[in-house]
Amino acid sequence: MKPLMAVLTALALLSGALAKEAVPLAEDPAVEQRMVKITEELRCLVCQNESLAGSQADLAKDLREEVRGLIRAGKSDEEVKEFLVSRYGDFVLYRPQVKPVTYLLWGGPFLLLILGIIALVRYLRRRNRQLPDTPLSAEERARIEALLKDHRP
Amino acid sequence: MNKFVWPLIIFVALVGLLAVGLNLNPREVPSPLIGKPAPAFDLPQLANPEARFTPKEMQGRVWLLNVWASWCVSCREEHPVLIEYAQKGALPPLVGLNYKDKREDGLRWLKRYGDPYLVTAFDADGRVGIDYGVYGVPETYLIDKAGVIRFKQIGPITPEALEKKILPLIKELEK
Repeated sequence: MKPLMAVLTALALLSGALAKEAVPLAEDPAVEQRMVKITEELRCLVCQNESLAGSQADLAKDLREEVRGLIRAGKSDEEVKEFLVSRYGDFVLYRPQVKPVTYLLWGGPFLLLILGIIALVRYLRRRNRQLPDTPLSAEERARIEALLKDHRP
Repeated sequence: MNKFVWPLIIFVALVGLLAVGLNLNPREVPSPLIGKPAPAFDLPQLANPEARFTPKEMQGRVWLLNVWASWCVSCREEHPVLIEYAQKGALPPLVGLNYKDKREDGLRWLKRYGDPYLVTAFDADGRVGIDYGVYGVPETYLIDKAGVIRFKQIGPITPEALEKKILPLIKELEK
């Protein structure tokens, strides 16, 4: 009986040791969560239509590691983004900052909408003005009256 | 006739806009580092792990920092151009930055294709590359006497880029 117990104990200890080895995947869930939240808003420059969070490019992996490091160092989300923007430019931000260079980018669609409305209003007004005013003749009025009377129950 | 003037103008403007958009290269993202001091670093040299290289050594000179790697296919395209112009004596001091490479691979590559570099710094983990905003090797930085980045070539250096942009700018900076 004793040897069996010893083997079982050893196995139990071993399984504990093995289980521990799987842990480092997400060492710190809080850091990981913030890293994903930040990098989802950032563009991977290697494959430009992917976010830094989702890209499998080597550089994206390095940069995610970099972001983890910055978070662990106690940097704010803004500071982490600033770190990347100062190196790779505004292009990495999926949501560009509102500043003089990007006014047109942010305001452009609204500007186009306003221009479109102005053009539409002007067009409709002009068309209304151009429609000739054609009053009904006495004969036509009489016909309408007759038709309406006809139809009444 | 008047009826068609505005739609025509809008159409032409739109075609013009799209033509410009289509001819831009989305790979060429303007670097925010232009006009800023080149980030400092201190790395071992590729050929000699005990010796170091830091950009401070280049102060007072106009120089080129060329980021390359043995795994980088476009670097092979670029390399003969660098060698040709370096042999002609047309280039300022050229420093290599061997990026995310293995030391023996990098050395073998230089042996095989030639070594136009004054010295090559060895950036095994790519940390210096991140500071320089490297995202697609090869990339080349033109740094002036005060250590400020003046120009960045993204992708391989071509004879055309050298003749038209880089060499004239170097002449300007060396004055």
